[in-house]
Amino acid sequence: MNHASGKVVTLTVDGQELSVPRESSVMQAAARVGIKIPKLCATDALDAFGSCRVCLVEIEGRKGYPASCTTQVEEGMVIHTGSERLDHLRRNVLELYISDHPLECIDCSANGDCELQDTAGALGVENCRYGTDGVNHQDAEKDTSNPYFTFDPSQCIVCYRCVRACDDIQGSFALSVDGRGFASRIIAGQSDSFMDSDCVSCGACVDHCPTEALIENTLIEHGLPERSVVTTCAYCGVGCSFIAELKGDRVLRMTPDRQGRANEGHACIKGRFAFAYATHPDRITRPMIRQSIDDPWREVSWDEAVQYAATRLRNIQQEHGRDSIGGITSSRCTNEETFLVQKMIRAAFGNNNVDNCARVCHAPTGYGLKTTLGESAGTQAFSSVACADVILVMGANPSDAHPVFASRLKRRLRQGAKLIVVDPRRIELVDSPHIRADHHLAVRPGGNVALINAMAHVIVTEGLASDDFITARCEPEAYRIWREFISKEQNSPEMTERITGVAAAQLRAAAHLFASAPNAAIYYGLGVSEHSQGSTTVMGIANLAMVTGNLGREGVGVNPLRGQNNVQGSCDMGCFPHELPGYRHVSDSQVRSEFEREWNVQLQADPGLRIPNMFDAAISGHFKGLYVQGEDVAQSDPNTRHVEQALKSLDCLIVQDIFLNETARYAHVFLPGSSFLEKNGTFTNAERRISRVRKAIEPLAGMEDWQVTMALSKALGYPMNYSHPAEIMDEIARLMPTFRGVSYEKLERLGSIQWPCNEDAPEGTPTMHVGEFVRGKGYFAITGFVPTQERTTRRFPLLLTTGRILSQYNVGAQTRRTANSEFYSEDVLEIHPFDAAERGISQDDCCDISSRAGNTVLRAVISERMQPGVVYTTFHFPTSGANVVTTDNSDWATNCPEYKVTAVQVSQVGESSQWQKEYRAFARRQEDLLDQAHSDDGRD
Amino acid sequence: MQEIDQLVKMANQLSDNFSFHEDAVDRLADHLRRFWAPSMRRKLSTFVDAGGEGLQPDAIVALRRLQVS
Ligand code: SF4
Ligand code: SF4
Ligand code: SF4
Ligand code: FES
Repeated sequence: MNHASGKVVTLTVDGQELSVPRESSVMQAAARVGIKIPKLCATDALDAFGSCRVCLVEIEGRKGYPASCTTQVEEGMVIHTGSERLDHLRRNVLELYISDHPLECIDCSANGDCELQDTAGALGVENCRYGTDGVNHQDAEKDTSNPYFTFDPSQCIVCYRCVRACDDIQGSFALSVDGRGFASRIIAGQSDSFMDSDCVSCGACVDHCPTEALIENTLIEHGLPERSVVTTCAYCGVGCSFIAELKGDRVLRMTPDRQGRANEGHACIKGRFAFAYATHPDRITRPMIRQSIDDPWREVSWDEAVQYAATRLRNIQQEHGRDSIGGITSSRCTNEETFLVQKMIRAAFGNNNVDNCARVCHAPTGYGLKTTLGESAGTQAFSSVACADVILVMGANPSDAHPVFASRLKRRLRQGAKLIVVDPRRIELVDSPHIRADHHLAVRPGGNVALINAMAHVIVTEGLASDDFITARCEPEAYRIWREFISKEQNSPEMTERITGVAAAQLRAAAHLFASAPNAAIYYGLGVSEHSQGSTTVMGIANLAMVTGNLGREGVGVNPLRGQNNVQGSCDMGCFPHELPGYRHVSDSQVRSEFEREWNVQLQADPGLRIPNMFDAAISGHFKGLYVQGEDVAQSDPNTRHVEQALKSLDCLIVQDIFLNETARYAHVFLPGSSFLEKNGTFTNAERRISRVRKAIEPLAGMEDWQVTMALSKALGYPMNYSHPAEIMDEIARLMPTFRGVSYEKLERLGSIQWPCNEDAPEGTPTMHVGEFVRGKGYFAITGFVPTQERTTRRFPLLLTTGRILSQYNVGAQTRRTANSEFYSEDVLEIHPFDAAERGISQDDCCDISSRAGNTVLRAVISERMQPGVVYTTFHFPTSGANVVTTDNSDWATNCPEYKVTAVQVSQVGESSQWQKEYRAFARRQEDLLDQAHSDDGRD
Repeated sequence: MQEIDQLVKMANQLSDNFSFHEDAVDRLADHLRRFWAPSMRRKLSTFVDAGGEGLQPDAIVALRRLQVS
């Protein structure tokens, strides 16, 4: 500590002299020397508020008894934290609380987990001199509207922690205090129920409530947990750290971990509450096989199932050749699992036909960032946003899809950072409590490249480029060529206005704002990548960051918000047909030979098939066998009829999953998977942070997923011998230069690690490209605009774009099997009032949505979030058939589907589509075939 | 859409997107080599040999170049 700089002060607490940072409170200073001042309303995670007055202290030379949580330290202060007078005052305060909150702890669900109880115990307060018969809240009605937690006003001590948590941490401003003094009470919204208010069920208020006024329903039902395991959320790419708290084998609570660096103690409804799917009765826990998809399933032993699968795969290869089979792994699986799948395919299948579901989300990120910056990964830690002055959010809706990051972002915006939103929809960030975007560029779907080029055009032609940065850090010749290209009139805001739908003046203003910021950061999502020019937009984003010098330090950067928990990891692990782990091309003979030595096989030097190529090849009859781990292509991939046709064309489909998902209805072998609670491993989040997934309960099916892959590989004649995923990680570290320093032991020690982690960065790398890009000099890629082939016509005059909502997750296999469905129980079609009126469509009408690929029927929701001419839906429910409508157009460089642009017509109808009827009949038939498996076994 | 139609569409898309570069054909050929499975390249090559109708000129040149290399 540095006295000279004036940043610390020296003071005395209960006779002990100490030095503390000047901004410390008296309570924090005391804590440094181990003195715990009693408190109720203060908590480390929130700014002090000073409402309860339990934390009173005496300060020499000051009158009265200041609250230690709100009193800042001063040089030379002499503080006394304990005296008879203080005890008396504190007890008095506490007794007043207890007069409205009897200490009937034995009957209370929070018994043993209540700060009021603890504080009363510490102060020796057992009952209350004021009695409990005065005016009180004991009869106040409980609010049980939320399926996950209950608000019991009779237990509330009006400490404001919940209000502050909702405001400061979550940023939803759903709670307030109504009334004054003793009559004050906490209300949600305008005195609504929690469910009817703006509450988004993040659980922050519940976490911070010191009593049982806000408490999880699982605790009310089952009592307090008895053991806990620290693990990582298996939903989105934020990768929040959680403490899974259990009683026996039942998870009672997922508490966000304050030590977790991705989330710092915060969570969203999915990770915090939606975990019941893991033990849902739909879980399939025994392996099953069948000859054809018209046969009933037959439950068999693990041995029989993997032998059967291996024999069928080998027979196919004998008949149709080595390349006639392949596999798909999932961004939901752990690093160790996805690594093993690609290893098995390369070593045991003997080909490179391996892909993962990043193909349908962030493959363009890999291509675009590798080309320009040299590494297929986001550049920053999430915490970096706290240093950003201007934030550009493009094609991402973090409030719904990356909620915990959205809370961080909103905090920074409330502090005054400026916001530019590029999105066809008026997403929540554009106008939410205490936040208003400075610019909402409502780009027309398909106009991203033109828009990002126009921004760069303004910056270059108006002298706003960061010349020093470019000279020092970027390839001069590539810059010269790009500069010439981007300066062309065709890229100006005026010329691109017709494509983007964004007024030139507004675009120019946004470009000025971005370029003038000391620190400007870009966050983007699938609204960037899932286009026919997704890769081009990603390169355009990297160009924009380079031309303004916004890379290589805190507060800036290019940040892809990854959809699923382990998109980053499954890509890092080489689950691509053209790349070995660590993004190294299969044609690189030196890299290949390292793997060949380690794996003791010969590897193919040519790329394999990507997911859509596998489907096309299956339909034309020369791709016959597929192993799918943890992925539901039948629901998630575009042009459903095409996917269904491909799956039906296979001679052997092996699905490994926790549920009999849509894809598994076409399968011949079902291998039961394990949920994230049932296995060990690691996930890597959107900030390259590797975090441990720890087994909380034994796998319901008896095997963890990595063990299943090992068994299948062995049956194929390529045995692998790992006894724990830690050994798989050791192999990954041996083979991948960016992971060379990673081990489970180090993860235990550091909590989490952001790769690259190696000799140069033994503790990991929060910010990438500092001083130099991974590829050396930054490369300005030419980003010429090529319009999508998907055009509106008189027959299909509207553009359909797709996305997600907060409470459901992707194909919904997990969240649909939780109470989250109470928040959102069906996919709907959002349509602008103008477009609806033109078609005679009213709220809740059934609407047919037809595209060149197919049609489906959804309920209409009329919404001004949409711009006229653009309609929107989600794809969380299989019966919706949203992907029956999406086409097989895809990104030019990576084949990532163009989910975000489909020309459609919408009309009012009275019944389901033909596909929906066929789907229901097929699903019913498959459920019968599953029931037969159970009844054969004596179960029903 | 048939597999071959899809391959033609993909190759044309590559051609469009590389058309902004002076060395468009080199880039296209390199892309096909680095990202397309040999079976896909072979099918499109056969299609080129049969006339390559609907394929853009750059794509045809790039595929021919891959055939000889
Ligand atoms: S509900 Fe809990 S956190 Fe909110 S004011 Fe009441 S006691 Fe405090
Ligand atoms: S659950 Fe979250 S959003 Fe809802 S009231 Fe509590 S803090 Fe606010
Ligand atoms: S933000 Fe993402 S990682 Fe965090 S709890 Fe929610 S779903 Fe899980
Ligand atoms: S803890 Fe300080 S006033 Fe409540």
